Amino acid sequence: MKIPTDLLYTKDHEWVRFNDGIATVGITDFAQGELGDVVFVQMPEIGSATSQGDAFGSIEAVKAVADLYAPVSGEVVEVNSTLEEKPETINSEPYQSGWIIKIKASNWEADKANLLDVAAYTDLTSA
Amino acid sequence: MVDFAGYRMPIQYHSIRAEHMRVRTTVGVFDVSHMGEFFVTGEGREEFIDRMTVNDVKSMHAGQAQYSCMCMPDGGIVDDLLIYKFEDKFMIVVNAANTKKDWDWLFSHKPSTVEMKDRTDDYSLLAIQGREASAVINQIADSDVTSLRYYTFVDGKACDHPAIISRTGYTGEDGFELYLENEFAPDVWDAVMKAGKRYEIEPIGLGARDSLRLEMKMALYGNDIDGTTNPLEAGLGWITKLNKESDFVGKEQLLKIKEEGVTRRLAAIQLEDSGFPRPGYPILSETKGGEVIGKVTSGTVSPMLNKGIALGYVPVDLAKVGTKLAIDCRGKINAAEVIKPPFYIRPY
Repeated sequence: MKIPTDLLYTKDHEWVRFNDGIATVGITDFAQGELGDVVFVQMPEIGSATSQGDAFGSIEAVKAVADLYAPVSGEVVEVNSTLEEKPETINSEPYQSGWIIKIKASNWEADKANLLDVAAYTDLTSA
Repeated sequence: MVDFAGYRMPIQYHSIRAEHMRVRTTVGVFDVSHMGEFFVTGEGREEFIDRMTVNDVKSMHAGQAQYSCMCMPDGGIVDDLLIYKFEDKFMIVVNAANTKKDWDWLFSHKPSTVEMKDRTDDYSLLAIQGREASAVINQIADSDVTSLRYYTFVDGKACDHPAIISRTGYTGEDGFELYLENEFAPDVWDAVMKAGKRYEIEPIGLGARDSLRLEMKMALYGNDIDGTTNPLEAGLGWITKLNKESDFVGKEQLLKIKEEGVTRRLAAIQLEDSGFPRPGYPILSETKGGEVIGKVTSGTVSPMLNKGIALGYVPVDLAKVGTKLAIDCRGKINAAEVIKPPFYIRPY
């Protein structure tokens, strides 16, 4: 199970890659493994607002459905349209082409304090 | 891994969808040793089983297997099962979760001349399913079992070990099921994996077992049928021989239900788009919503159709093929239609 060191995580198994004010969000390798084959992803509209900790969409996998929770507050600026045709990308490349949305963060410094680093997330998944 | 009726079983070995497609394209093997096996011997065994089950046992010949179910006097289903007729005995194969209940039910109705033996813990069951199943079994069995007709079996050998081999399955594909004493099962499993290598055979978990049977609209006890449903509304009228001679348990009530007409039916419902209907989701009377007319008993996204498929009981007038309905998937109203089952038909 891969847990990249350069990302931040939520206790709900989303990851965040922060760059130039934009937070790219996906689900972790652990999460995709638990869910099994992803069959589709319900994503928000571009321009919609996110609030840290609130649901912004959901993932339907064969075994279960899971809500997606926003790791940061802000505005959705991009959704990964590849997932409409190939939702299984989340299973094969959860941290790269399987990203889900990009959020223009409005409160990054405060939000960041609530996220987990790789050590804390590793603890969470091995508990 | 999950606990399933006391057995540790994998939901998937690596991917439910990939395993599903493996069975639909070449061949897969299931370890379904959790199923219960009862052996019934003694004088009057045929009459006994004929009285306990809804299908016509007296019409069976030795070497034949039969799909059937047991009912309570009120017509509710105790379990669905397979009956194997041997020259000198019957084998009854029941759902794992119902083994104890079924045993008690049968035992309490058994005449003293009939003997029953629960061999569940002695027997393993491997199911080889898929269009290449014949090619695989041919390399394992000591006799030509590929000439077996659907729902027949031989008391034969696999890898020189005694094996009951039947042409049966729960996937809608061609296939065979092998009943083996536990000590021989690892040997045969390895041989099956080896024989299937060129067809990229894979072990198949419970998840794909569920989606495969669902594409065929095969009922699952505990989801689609149980003590509160009767075989006539469950689409099992074809195994319910109300005109057979014996006064089987439940017959009187089922005759009454038939005469009065069932009020609901287990419908095969296909979504127009990619919603994922899960058990418990409401079924609605119109494509844009309407009133709740039932709930999903089994559902998935069909790997073959890439569409949501579901089973659920709906009022008879809304169970007709072509009826437009909807399923409420977590607040999203997905337009759907009652289709003529199965959802998928094999092309060979």
